[in-house]
Amino acid sequence: MSYLPHTQADREHMLEVVGVPSVEDLFASIPPTLRLGRDLCLPEALTEHDLLEHLGQMASRNQEATRSSFLGAGAYRHFVPTLVETVTSRSEFLTAYTPYQAEASQGTLQAIFEFQTMICRLTGMDVANASVYDGGTAVTDAVLMALAQTRRSKVLVSRGVHPHTREILSTYLAAGGGVVEEIPLHEGRTEVPQVGADVAAVVVQVPNFLGQVEDGPALCQAARQAGALAVVAVNDPVSLAVLEAPGAYGADLVCGEAQPVGLPLSFGGPYVGFLAARKDLLRRMPGRLVGLTADGQGRRGFCLTLQAREQHIRREKASSNICSNQGLCALAVTVHLALLGPEGLRRCALGSMSSAAFARERLARVPGFSLAFSGAGFHEFVLRCPAPPEQLLEGLAERGILGGYALGRDYPELADGLLVCCTELTRRQDVEGLALELEALVQAPVEVTR
Amino acid sequence: MKTCESTLFEKSRPGRRGTMPPETDCPKVQPEELLPAAMLRQAPPTLPELSELDVLRHFTRLSQLNFSVDTHFYPLGSCTMKYNPRVNEKAATLPGFSAIHPLQPESTAQGALALMHSLQDCLAEITGMEAITLQPSAGAHGEITALFMISRYFQDKGEKRTRVLVPDSSHGTNPASAALAGFEVVTIPSNAQGGVDLEALRAHLDSSVACLMLTNPSTLGLFETGIEEIASLVHEAGGLLYYDGANMNALMGLVRPGDMGFDLVHLNLHKTFSTPHGGGGPGAGPVGARGELVHYLPGPRVVRDGEIFRTEAPRKSIGRVRTFWGNFLVAVRAYAYIRTHGSQGLREVSQAAVLAANYMRVRLQGHFDLPYQGTCMHEFVLSARNLKAARGVRATDVAKRLLDFGFHAPTIYFPLIVEEALMIEPTETESLETMDAFIEAMRTLAEEDPQTLHDAPQTRPVGRLDETQAARKPVLAWPE
Repeated sequence: MSYLPHTQADREHMLEVVGVPSVEDLFASIPPTLRLGRDLCLPEALTEHDLLEHLGQMASRNQEATRSSFLGAGAYRHFVPTLVETVTSRSEFLTAYTPYQAEASQGTLQAIFEFQTMICRLTGMDVANASVYDGGTAVTDAVLMALAQTRRSKVLVSRGVHPHTREILSTYLAAGGGVVEEIPLHEGRTEVPQVGADVAAVVVQVPNFLGQVEDGPALCQAARQAGALAVVAVNDPVSLAVLEAPGAYGADLVCGEAQPVGLPLSFGGPYVGFLAARKDLLRRMPGRLVGLTADGQGRRGFCLTLQAREQHIRREKASSNICSNQGLCALAVTVHLALLGPEGLRRCALGSMSSAAFARERLARVPGFSLAFSGAGFHEFVLRCPAPPEQLLEGLAERGILGGYALGRDYPELADGLLVCCTELTRRQDVEGLALELEALVQAPVEVTR
Repeated sequence: MKTCESTLFEKSRPGRRGTMPPETDCPKVQPEELLPAAMLRQAPPTLPELSELDVLRHFTRLSQLNFSVDTHFYPLGSCTMKYNPRVNEKAATLPGFSAIHPLQPESTAQGALALMHSLQDCLAEITGMEAITLQPSAGAHGEITALFMISRYFQDKGEKRTRVLVPDSSHGTNPASAALAGFEVVTIPSNAQGGVDLEALRAHLDSSVACLMLTNPSTLGLFETGIEEIASLVHEAGGLLYYDGANMNALMGLVRPGDMGFDLVHLNLHKTFSTPHGGGGPGAGPVGARGELVHYLPGPRVVRDGEIFRTEAPRKSIGRVRTFWGNFLVAVRAYAYIRTHGSQGLREVSQAAVLAANYMRVRLQGHFDLPYQGTCMHEFVLSARNLKAARGVRATDVAKRLLDFGFHAPTIYFPLIVEEALMIEPTETESLETMDAFIEAMRTLAEEDPQTLHDAPQTRPVGRLDETQAARKPVLAWPE
C-alpha cells in the first residue's frame, strides 16, 4: 500500500526532465559504503482492511476508562460534546500548517486568539500563549520565565505538584538552570514557606495532586513579599468554574493542563499545556502568540506576533526553543469551552464536586478504609486502604473497575493511599459498585492472576 | 473595522446556551459547603454564551479561511507537508486507544504498550539506533531531550564539555535548544557547496565540544557528502554527533543515521511519518540513541518481558521530559503509516520525494536563481535575489503572490545563508499535474509587474497584515 500518485509514465517523464536514467542515480552523492543495501527489518505491509483489523485487535487488548474509572491524577474524563470532534476533524484545521502565512491561515489564527482569550478569562491573567506541549512542560516554562525575570537561581516547588511535573522540572533544571527545593505538605496541603531572597519562584498546584485545595492567597503572598514570582498550576480547568481565578489572588504565572476541557484521555497524549502571565512578563513568554491587527485596507486580521522572542529569528538568544503549539488540541479546548459557556462549565464543576463528595463519604464507610485528609477538595481525594493499593487496583481491574491511582511510588508516606477521582460522569451506582468491590477484596485475600 | 468573522465573544449573548454536560445523580453540593471562602470564585469566567449551531457555524466558517494540505499544495521546505492518510485518523479514534487512561494498570493497557514497543522497534530500525523514546512532543522537544542526555553523559564521564557546534544552515531550534540546555553555541560556516566547512570544523573541534548537531540532507536539500569524515573528526575529538531528523523523508530505507555515524537522532512523526500538522501541532519528536547513551534516555520507556509489555526507566535516565507516555495518538498514526508501507513502501516514498524535488528544481532553475547547483534530495532552495535586484521583488512577494494562484508559499528566508530564500519541498504525494501547475505559477509571477506582487495577496480574506502594529501594541486577547 502507498499513497504515491505517480504513474510509470510520470516517473519516466520526470527522470527524463531531470536527465538521469533511474531514480537510483539521484542518490549518487551518497557514499556507497553508507547505503543500506538491504530491506529494513520491518513488519510486512498491510492493506487498509488488514491494518484496521490489526489495530482493532491491539485496541481491544486495552480496558477503556468508562464510568467505572476513578482515575484522575492529572488526566481527567469529563463530558466532551460531539461537536468538538466535528470541528477538529475538519480538513482545513487538521491538515493546515503553522500559520506563518497569515493571509492563508486566518481560521487557525483567530481560533488561537480565542483560545488565548479564554485562558486569560479562566485564569484571571492578562496574556496567554498559543499553548505548549502539556501541563508538565507548561510549569517548566513558567519556572524558566521566573528564573530569567528575577535572575535568581532557586525554585520552591510544593510536594503537592504533580509528580511528573516535578520530575520534568528537575530534568530541565539539572542542566545547570537552577536549584529545586521542595515545600513539604502538612495534612495534604502545602505549608506556607519561608521564601529567601535567592528564590525565583514558588510553585503550587491548585487543587493539588492529592485533591486538596491550597491556600492560594497565602502562598502567592509569601512568594511576592520576597520578590519571587508566584506560579500556580491548574491540572483541571473545570475547577476554575468554582475556584477563584489565580490572577485574582496574586499569581504572576498560571499554567497547566487543558486536556480535561475537550480532549479524550488518549493514554496521556496529545494533551495541551497552557501558560498565562501578567502583562509585564509578556516578552519572556515562550512559544507562539497571536495578535490582533489590520491589513492595508483596514480589515481586521490576526497574525503571529512578537516573533523576535522565537528561535527562528533569535536562534541561541531566543526565549525558548519551542517551535510549535498544540494547535488542534487548543482548538478542541476552544470549541468545548464555547459550547459549555460559563453555565455549562459550572455544571460540570458542581457535578464533579457532588460525585466526589458522595464517593468520599461512601468509601470512607467501607470497613477498613478511611480518609487521609479532612481538608476541602474538588473532585479528588485520598483513601487510606487496609491492603496495598496496587493489589487492590489489580483486583478491581479484573472486575472491570479502574479504582484510582496508588500513591506509594510517588509518596512513600502514603503507601496505603489511593487517589480517587470522580467527575460529572460518575453515578451513584458506580460509586456503590466500587465500595462493594473494595469491601469484597479486603475480606477475601486478593489473588492477582493477571 | 471590517471583519471576515466576528469573534466568539462578539457573538455571545447572555443566557444563550450550547451543549450541557450530564447531571450526576449523586446528591448536589454547593461550592460554599466544601471550599474555603478565600478560594471561592467571586465572578464566573466570562466565557462566551452561544448555541450549538452558533459554535458549529463559527468554526466551520473559520476553517474556510484556511489553506490546508487537503485543499491546497504546500511546497514548504523542511516541513514535509505530505498527505495525511485518513485511515490513520480512524485508528487514533478507536476507543481502545483514545479512551484509555495513562495511569491505568499496565496489565489493562497491553495493546497500547505493544503498539508503542513495536513503533520503538520500527523507528530504531529505520534510524539505525538501538533504542527509542516516544516521550518528546515535537522536534525541538526531541532536541532538548538529546542535549540533556549529552550533558549528563559527559558529566558522568567527568568531562567538562561546554560547547555545541551547529552549521550556519541549521534550523533555529538547534542553537536555541543547545542554549536552553546550558551549552555555548558555536556556528560553523558552510563551504561553497553548501556542506559543512571541514577546515572550520577542525578549527573548532577540541575537548570542550560536546556535540555537532547536523541535518542530513542539509536544509539546502543537499546530502552532506563529507559525513563520514565529519563523523570521524567529531568522534576523534571525543564529541558526539546529533542527527536532526527533519529531513528524514529523503532517506528512509536508503541510508540510516546510525550507519552515517550519528549517536543520537530525533524524528518528526508529523513530517516523515505523515501525522497531521493540525495548524501547528500536536506532533511528536521521538529520540533514538545508541551505545552508552541508551541508558540516558528519558524514562519510562516500554520494554518487553516475554509476552508482557511493561515500562521502566533506563538505568541512568535523565528523567521525564513530559507527563505520561508522550503523544500516544500521534504514535498510533505513525505506526499505522509504517505498517501501511513496510520496508519497500518507505523506500519508495523517499525515492519518489527525491525524484519530485529534482523535477521541480530542474524546471524552475532557469527562472529563479539556484545558488547551490546539482542534484538535490527531497527539497531545494531557490533565491529571489535576482528578482529583488532587477525589479524590487522579494521572496515574501513571491510567497504572497503564490497564495493568489492557490498555492501555499514555500518556506521563505530560510536557511539564513541563502539571500531571499525560497525553500521548496513537494513531497512524494503530489501529482505531476499539481507540480506542473505550481511551476507554471512560479514562472508566471516571475514575469509579472512588480506592483502586482507587492499588492498580493488580493484573493484572500485579508491582505498583508500590519505586523509592526501587532507587535508594537500587542492585543492578544479580546477585551472584556
